Amino acid sequence: MQMNENKEFEPLIVAFCCNWCSYAGADLSGTNRLNYPTNVKIIRVPCSCRVNPMFILRAFQRGADGVILCGCHPGDCHYTSGNYFTRRRMTLLFSMLDFLGIERDRTRVEWVSAAEGAKFAATMNEFTEAVKKLGPNRRLEDLRCRKQ
Amino acid sequence: MNKNLKEQVLRASGVNVLKCMRCGKCSGTCPSYDEMEYHPHQFVYMVEKGDIEPLLNSKSLYKCLTCFACVERCPRNVEPAKVVEAVRLAAVRQQGNNHMSPAQLPEMLDDDLPQQAIVTAFRKYVK
Amino acid sequence: MQRIGVFVCHCGTNIAATVDVKAVAEALGHEPGVVISQDYQYMCSESGQNLVKNAIKEHNLTGVVICSCSPRMHENTFRKAAAAAGLNPYLVEIANIREQCSWIHKDIATASEKAIILGRAAIAKVHLNAPLIAGESPVAKRALVIGGGIAGIQTALDIAEAGFDVDIVEKQPTIGGKMAQIDKTFPTLDCAACILTPKMVEASQNEKIHIHSFSEVTDVKGFVGNFTVTIKKKARFVDETKCTGCGLCTEKCPMKKVPNEFNMGLDNRTAVYIPFAQAVPKVATIDPNYCMMLKNGKCGVCSKVCSVGAIDYKQQDRFIEEKYGAIVVATGFNPIKLDKYDEFAYNQSPDVVTSLELERLMNAAGPNGGTLLRPSDKTHPHKIVFVQCVGSRCDDSKGKPYCSKICCMYTAKHAMLIREKYPDTEVYVFYIDVRTPGKNFDEFYRRAVEQYNVHYIKGMVGKVTPKSDGKLAVQASDLLSNEQLHIDADMVVLAAAIEPDKTARPLATMLTTQMDTNDFFTEAHPKLRPVESATAGIFLSGACQGPKDIPETVAQASAAAAKAIGLLCKNSITCNPCVAHSNELMCNGCSSCEKVCPYGAITYIDKEFRMPDRTTAIRRVASVNPAVCQGCGACTVACPSGAMDLNGFSNSQIMAEVDAICK
Repeated sequence: MQMNENKEFEPLIVAFCCNWCSYAGADLSGTNRLNYPTNVKIIRVPCSCRVNPMFILRAFQRGADGVILCGCHPGDCHYTSGNYFTRRRMTLLFSMLDFLGIERDRTRVEWVSAAEGAKFAATMNEFTEAVKKLGPNRRLEDLRCRKQ
Repeated sequence: MNKNLKEQVLRASGVNVLKCMRCGKCSGTCPSYDEMEYHPHQFVYMVEKGDIEPLLNSKSLYKCLTCFACVERCPRNVEPAKVVEAVRLAAVRQQGNNHMSPAQLPEMLDDDLPQQAIVTAFRKYVK
Repeated sequence: MQRIGVFVCHCGTNIAATVDVKAVAEALGHEPGVVISQDYQYMCSESGQNLVKNAIKEHNLTGVVICSCSPRMHENTFRKAAAAAGLNPYLVEIANIREQCSWIHKDIATASEKAIILGRAAIAKVHLNAPLIAGESPVAKRALVIGGGIAGIQTALDIAEAGFDVDIVEKQPTIGGKMAQIDKTFPTLDCAACILTPKMVEASQNEKIHIHSFSEVTDVKGFVGNFTVTIKKKARFVDETKCTGCGLCTEKCPMKKVPNEFNMGLDNRTAVYIPFAQAVPKVATIDPNYCMMLKNGKCGVCSKVCSVGAIDYKQQDRFIEEKYGAIVVATGFNPIKLDKYDEFAYNQSPDVVTSLELERLMNAAGPNGGTLLRPSDKTHPHKIVFVQCVGSRCDDSKGKPYCSKICCMYTAKHAMLIREKYPDTEVYVFYIDVRTPGKNFDEFYRRAVEQYNVHYIKGMVGKVTPKSDGKLAVQASDLLSNEQLHIDADMVVLAAAIEPDKTARPLATMLTTQMDTNDFFTEAHPKLRPVESATAGIFLSGACQGPKDIPETVAQASAAAAKAIGLLCKNSITCNPCVAHSNELMCNGCSSCEKVCPYGAITYIDKEFRMPDRTTAIRRVASVNPAVCQGCGACTVACPSGAMDLNGFSNSQIMAEVDAICK
C-alpha cells in the first residue's frame, strides 16, 4: 500500500502470469504501448498451475491489495491441462477467502492469450480500478511486515 | 421484419434456428409437402429472417400434421415442427386471426380422415 | 556470501526515456549481496555482453541480474554470455523493465520506482538460484509405426530411407489398410491397387522395415527416445516363416461360408484365408471363430494339404518387447455404422450400400469381378441415388459434428465412373454443399456435372422405402426448384461419415497423448506443429488426426517421418533442467503428484532410508524422470507435504519475489 502526495490510495497489485500465454500477452501490450497503471507488478511462472495458493496468501500478508492470476485460455495450456488445475484450485481458494470475509474482488483469475495484449491492458486497468474502490487490504495484512 | 413476432416464435418453440445448415432433409421427409405453400425448411429460414407474416397468413400452417418426421430426422436437431407449432400459437394469439371457429368443426369432420392425423397432433405434448 | 552483479540497459531511449536508468542502477547497487551495478546503452550488443562477462570474471560474481527487455527476447543471449564467462547460465535473471515498464508508463518518477521494485524482485530471486545442468538421455535408434495403412507404410519407408530400423504393427493379417479396398482414386482415377501394392512390396523387401502383421500394441512404457513397447503377435495358427502363400489351403478348406471382411461382407471366404491376392505378408491366417478343427477338433484338411507343414493348430499369442526412440501413430479411420439411420433403409435392403461397399462392388477383384450389379438380384442398376453427409455434420446426438472431407470427392468419382462404364444409368447426387478444396478437385466435380451429366440436386434425401417390386422409393426435396422429388431407384449409395479407429482411444491412454471429443488425436499445435502430439516423441500420421484424403495423408506421413528422423538422428536429447524434483526425506508417497502429472513423469520407487535409531526402513517415494518432465509445476502445488519443488521456479524463489515486490 502506498500513499502519494495527494493522499490518493495507490493499491499494490501482484500479477502472476504464465510464461507461454499471459506473460507474452503482457509483453505484447508493452510492444503496442497500451498503458496500464504502475501498480501492477508481474511475476513470471511457467504455468498458472505453478501458483500455489500460498503465494497469493503470502502476497496479501505482505501488504498486496490485489492479486491477479493470468493463464492460457482453457484448452490452450502449453502443458495441456495446467490451467484446469488452476481453475479448480482457485475456485477453492476464493471460496475460502469468501469465508474469511476477504472481498472477492481482490482476487481474480483471467485467461489472457499471447495475442491479447489489449485484453491484458484492459484487464489490468479495470482490476486496478476495482481494487482502488475497495481500499487498502487490512484484513490479511501482517502489520509486522509493513514498511516503516 | 417483425422483431417482436420473431422473438415470440423463437421463445415459444425453444428452437435455435441458427443451427440449421439448410440441408432440406425436413422437407425431403415431409408427408404433407405437396399440400404446402411454404415447406418445413422454409419455415425455419423465414423465421430466422423474421419473415413471419406470410407464414401466419398461409394455409401451410395447418397442413403440418405434427408427425415429427422432420424433428426425428433433422441432422442438426433443429426441430422444424416445433417452429411450425410456435407460428400457429402466434396466429392464435392474434385476435381475429384464428384459422377457424369451434362452430365450424362439426361440418368439417370427415369420416375418411385418418385417425393418425388427429392423434399425431398430440405428439407435441410428449416431445 | 552472494556476489551479485546488476546491469541496467538503456535500450537506446526505449527504456532510458521513461526510466531514470542511472537512478535505478544506483538504487539497486545498495541491495544486499550486490557488488556491482552498472548501466549501459545496449546491454545485448557485443560490447554490452563483454561488460557482463568481464564483470563476472573481475568480481567473481555468483549471480547476474539484467534489467532490460523481456526474458522471452534476450534471456538466452545473456545466459550464453554468462556461460562463456564461466558462470552457470541458470544463475542469470532478467528484470523486464521495457515491455512491462518503460513502454507502458509515461511518468518518469513512478516508472523508475516500479523498475527498481522489479529489479529488487529479480535480485531476491537470484539469491536463491541454484546452478542447473541440463541432463541428457540417450535415443534408441529405432522407430515404431502403429498402423500399416498408406500412412504407416509411407512413414516407415521414409524413416527406413534415412537408415533407421522401423517396425510396423498392423492388427489385420496384411498391411495396406483402407486404400487396398478402394477401387480408383480421385481426381486422376488411377487404380488404388496399382499405386499402393508396389509400396507394400517395397516395405516388405526393405531390410530396415520389420512388419508385425496380425499384431497389436499392448503396453507402452518410457519416454521420448526411450520407449519400451510390448507387441502382441496374435496366433494366426500358421507359421509365418514356413508359409509360402501358395493358397492351396484356402482352396481346399471346407468351411466356405465366412463373411469376407475385405469385400465388406458382400461375399464369402474360407476359414483359412489370405485377405487378397497382393497381401503383404502373403501368409495364410486361420479364423478361429469358423475353423472346425479349432472349434471341435474335426477337419485338419489344411494341415494335410500344406506341403511345407506351416499349419500349427497349437499356436499361442506371443508377446515381444522392443525399445524405440520414436513412435508414429497411424491408426486410420473406419466408416461409421449406419444402424441408427433407419430412414435410409440400410438394414432393410441389400441394395442400399455404403460408398466403401460400392468400391468393392465396382472393383475387378470384388465380389462381382468388376461388373456393377445390384447385391439383391444381381441385375444391372439403371437408376442410382447417392446421398451425401450421412452422419457427418450432425448435431452430437445424431452423428458426427465434423465434415468427413473425402465424401464429396469420392461420390463425384463414383458417379463419373458409373456414367462412364454404364451410360444408360442415371445418377443422382443429393448434396447439402459440394466441398472441393484441393488441387484439381473442383475441375473434377465440374467434369462429373458437365461431361458426364450427373444430376446434382441440392437437398437431403428424407426417406428411402424398399418397394415390393425391388425398387427403392427415394423421397427428397429439391431446394432450388422448391419441389419434392420421388425417385424409384435401383440402388442407393450412402456416403457414411468416417470416424477414428476404435483402437485409437486405448492406444492414446497407453501413449499419454491427447484426443479430442471425436477421438481424433490432438496435434501439439493446430497450425505450427501439425504432425507432433503434445507428448514428446509421439508423432501423428494420416487420418488418426482428422479426416484426410490420400495425398494429404501421404504428405502428413512423410512430415511425421521427417520429425521422427530428426529425433532419431540425435545420439541424446538435452533435457530442460527446469524440472520438478522431490525431496525424498519429506515425501510421504501419497501419489497426489502422480495423478496431476500430464506427462506421466512421476513414478514411485521403494527406497531404503536410515532411521535415527540406526535401523533402516523402506519407504515409497516419488521420483521424477527429468527427461519426461516438462516443468509445468502442477505437482508442486498438489504435494501436501511440500516435498515437490520446481527447479528455476522454486517455492522459495517465487515467495522471495512476492516479498520483494510487497516490501
